[in-house]
Amino acid sequence: MAIIERPAPTASILLRAPVTPSQSMGIVRRPVTSTGWKSWVFTVDHKKIGIMYGVFAMFFFIVGGVEALLIRLQLATPDGKILSADLYNQMFTMHATTMIFLFAMPMAAAFANYFLPLQLGARDVAFPRLNALGLWLLVSGGLILNASWFLGGAADGGWFMYSPNSGPVFSPSNGVDFWTLGVQIAGFGSLIGSINLIVTILNMRAPGMTLMKMPVFCWMILVVQFLLVFSLPVITVALVLLTFQRSFGATFFDVAQGADPLLWQHLFWIFGHPEVYVLILPAFGIISEVLPTFSRKPLFGYPFVVFSGASIGLVGFGVWSHHMFATGLGPISVAAFSIATMAIAIPTGVKIFNWTLTMWGGKIWYSTAMKFAIGLIVLFTIGGLSGVTHAVAPSDTQQTDTYYIVAHFHYVLFGGMVFGLFSGFYYWWPKVFGKMLNEKLGGWNFWLMVIGMNMTFGPMHILGLQGQPRRMYVWTEARAGEGLFNFGFWNRVSSLGSLILAIGVLLFLINVVHTTRKGKPAPLDPWDARTLEWITTSPPKEHNFDRIPVVHHLDDFFHRKYQEDATTGAMVQIATGEQLVRDEEANADAHIHLPSPSYWPIAIAIGVGTLGMGVVYGVPIMIVGVLIILGSSFGFVLEPSVADDIDYDPPMSGGQETKELAPLG
Amino acid sequence: MTHRCPVAKKRKSWRPLDDVAVLANHDTGHDTGHGHSTSTGLSNNKMAMWLFLGSECLLFGGLISTYMLYRGRITQGPRPSQIFDIPFTSVSSFVLLMSSLTMVLAVTSAQRKDNERTKLWLTITALLGATFVGGQVYEFTAFYNEGLGFTTNLFSSSFYTLTGFHGVHVTVGVIMLLSLRGIISANKDTGDRAEVVELIGLYWHFVDIVWIIIFTLVYLIPA
Amino acid sequence: MNATATDTHEQHDSHAPGLSDATAIKIALILAAMTALEVSTYYVDFGAFFMPVLMVLMVVKFFTVVSYFMHLKFEHQMFKLLFYTGLGLALFVYFVALATFKFFS
Repeated sequence: MAIIERPAPTASILLRAPVTPSQSMGIVRRPVTSTGWKSWVFTVDHKKIGIMYGVFAMFFFIVGGVEALLIRLQLATPDGKILSADLYNQMFTMHATTMIFLFAMPMAAAFANYFLPLQLGARDVAFPRLNALGLWLLVSGGLILNASWFLGGAADGGWFMYSPNSGPVFSPSNGVDFWTLGVQIAGFGSLIGSINLIVTILNMRAPGMTLMKMPVFCWMILVVQFLLVFSLPVITVALVLLTFQRSFGATFFDVAQGADPLLWQHLFWIFGHPEVYVLILPAFGIISEVLPTFSRKPLFGYPFVVFSGASIGLVGFGVWSHHMFATGLGPISVAAFSIATMAIAIPTGVKIFNWTLTMWGGKIWYSTAMKFAIGLIVLFTIGGLSGVTHAVAPSDTQQTDTYYIVAHFHYVLFGGMVFGLFSGFYYWWPKVFGKMLNEKLGGWNFWLMVIGMNMTFGPMHILGLQGQPRRMYVWTEARAGEGLFNFGFWNRVSSLGSLILAIGVLLFLINVVHTTRKGKPAPLDPWDARTLEWITTSPPKEHNFDRIPVVHHLDDFFHRKYQEDATTGAMVQIATGEQLVRDEEANADAHIHLPSPSYWPIAIAIGVGTLGMGVVYGVPIMIVGVLIILGSSFGFVLEPSVADDIDYDPPMSGGQETKELAPLG
Repeated sequence: MTHRCPVAKKRKSWRPLDDVAVLANHDTGHDTGHGHSTSTGLSNNKMAMWLFLGSECLLFGGLISTYMLYRGRITQGPRPSQIFDIPFTSVSSFVLLMSSLTMVLAVTSAQRKDNERTKLWLTITALLGATFVGGQVYEFTAFYNEGLGFTTNLFSSSFYTLTGFHGVHVTVGVIMLLSLRGIISANKDTGDRAEVVELIGLYWHFVDIVWIIIFTLVYLIPA
Repeated sequence: MNATATDTHEQHDSHAPGLSDATAIKIALILAAMTALEVSTYYVDFGAFFMPVLMVLMVVKFFTVVSYFMHLKFEHQMFKLLFYTGLGLALFVYFVALATFKFFS
């Protein structure tokens, strides 16, 4: 993910402030540079933070992908020798943890951070410094998680880390400690980010943009952030209990003392099931933008898509025990959770229906973004159907802990979430970087990923129904079975598929490099898009909009370009995107307020990371961490969100780049 | 400075969300001294604080549930009925409850822009909070000396975790109260002072309502 | 629409007047009395009423502080929605989880 910045058009009204450091708390000089690495590390600009989320997530997508390839290589042959049993356990644990906490959630956060303010018609998020804090806490958590590889081995209990297997007796290395602390800190960052984004969506909309005129992407992000706000504290409790057990000798999951290890499973899945929707709903939001744009039609049944998304979120809090059907919950619990789980298929079906009817009768433009969106509809439906078979408890009891489960969640997560995110890459790349990704390479990228993904995960249905347990580190020829259902054959197909999938992803990276070097500058409105992020330059200026748009319609940008012809009823173009952008530039606001950069978010995150390491390496390090947190919190609170005039050299005359923001922001 | 006009006060019914509209021009409102207006007309900070407290409900809910599940599982060590000192804990509960009152008085003083009173009530609230924390430290020490360590049994682990988490919340609150008092004295605050006092007040009251639950479920109902 | 919007805006841009100090003190006295009643269950045998009395007092105290001291009763619906969603979800998931442990039977 190279970072390209096109020079801002000279028509910009914003003169950059003369930049030299200044003072904050009277001790440290405040960062005010707008170029170089400091402008990234101390930034509070939601667009830069979004790009950093994206770079971070893409890096860990590759890390998690390599881990997945090692797993598939190990299973490609009987009696695989690539990984030891222990290393295999670490590999699948870290593959899942990395993909979920360090790729999927951060990538969704990247899109949310970058595009929410743009789609809402705002100049930044509600709490820009908290936004930066969320990012750096995530980085801190990600580093701690992966530091375990070099400090005695990674966690090996599977991503749901069931107790008592995760206790000190069965997992003696520090891997699980790093895992709990890393997830805890990343989760803390996520919680801060979600509060920030909810307030942003509710409070920072452009004039006239009622909630029901808001793009579906914003709606889905809103639902996701609510899920995070109310589910992350639950995993926090679970992780605290586990940390206290492992580091301080508490007895929470000690069966000898009469503990109920199922407590962990409940706490984990009360978080874990809403988390599943946290992963998929941003992708749903993205394709709800892509499908109408490339079908040249408004989204079919906008309110239904919105409310089905919200009801998926709400019902998602009442189904967690379907992950625990095999634990002996008793018939009443199983029946209740089974029915609730099946109920979720209804709003999901509504969405699939609406997307399909959005395309129906449209003039479809098969761009790469559109291909990925259609891919999502098809592949997610397959994964959704196998999901319904898990909702049926007797059937689930057969499938629990087999490869059938692995097949299911890779169809919904890879076929659903990842395809949605890739659709977003192709759709929004010109907006973020000002250059078009190559469509021809994009086509190869798409088809290799479709073929690779179906070859990798399709056979897992058969393997699972034949009884291959998930997390089995070797299979043997003698027990592989015969004929069509031979383990060996389908495992080889799956491993071959994973290579094709990897080549597909590699093509995307090549496309990025190619585009960065040789890509053509993107037109201002390459897709004839519908929403407000396209009413500014690409990449957007630091202040996003030259004047804050006033919204009259859902898809306001589209309605500024097209008007209904009174006689024929057809939509007739009255302006181009370029004209609209030039028009905005000509009528720019005189005073624009932007928050100033700050040292404190990253300083607090360093303190939290130090505190986390202290849990493993001793109280003195913890104390250092607490002191850093305390000191930088004071810096954070005492710092005005805008740099004082005196912070500039020569001092500014005032009014040029001032802004006012929330004191705790 | 009026919060709601009388007409609005009568309107109790739920207003549809999409009617909570929008007019703010984010960029020209730099003169009001009240921060800029938002789409809903509600303060960003207060909205964030209420969301955070909603989230905290699930945090303490989880800790309380863990305690409730494990409260009777005592394989070794003293039973709670043997070591709990109800009169002592009742007094410290009362102290925390009264600190909520003094916090309200701090908030109303801040809204009247009465800095001296605000500082006074903040200090008293912090002292009451510190008294509570001191009582908890004393109580923990006493329990420990009577043989109830953190690792003794399921009851002790979940008891210390729950009340300890609450104690940390109170301690953070005390630090915030004292810092705020100092910041007001030094006139170094960067936002709307009355709102900052109110926000910390919300946090403080939340810590109090958590203790209302803990006091009943942990201390008054025998395990 | 515009009228409503302006109306909403004016309502909330400024600060709530808050409780009067006298009301706050009265409420605190009521809370203190309820606490005294709670503590009295330790000394006096309430028999079958023991649990119901404690539970009712706990809930009443909780909502008194939330509604008056935290001022939520007089706040915008949005704040109530945010806080009570969290509270409601917490009650729901933890009651169900404890029920599956046969905690209530």
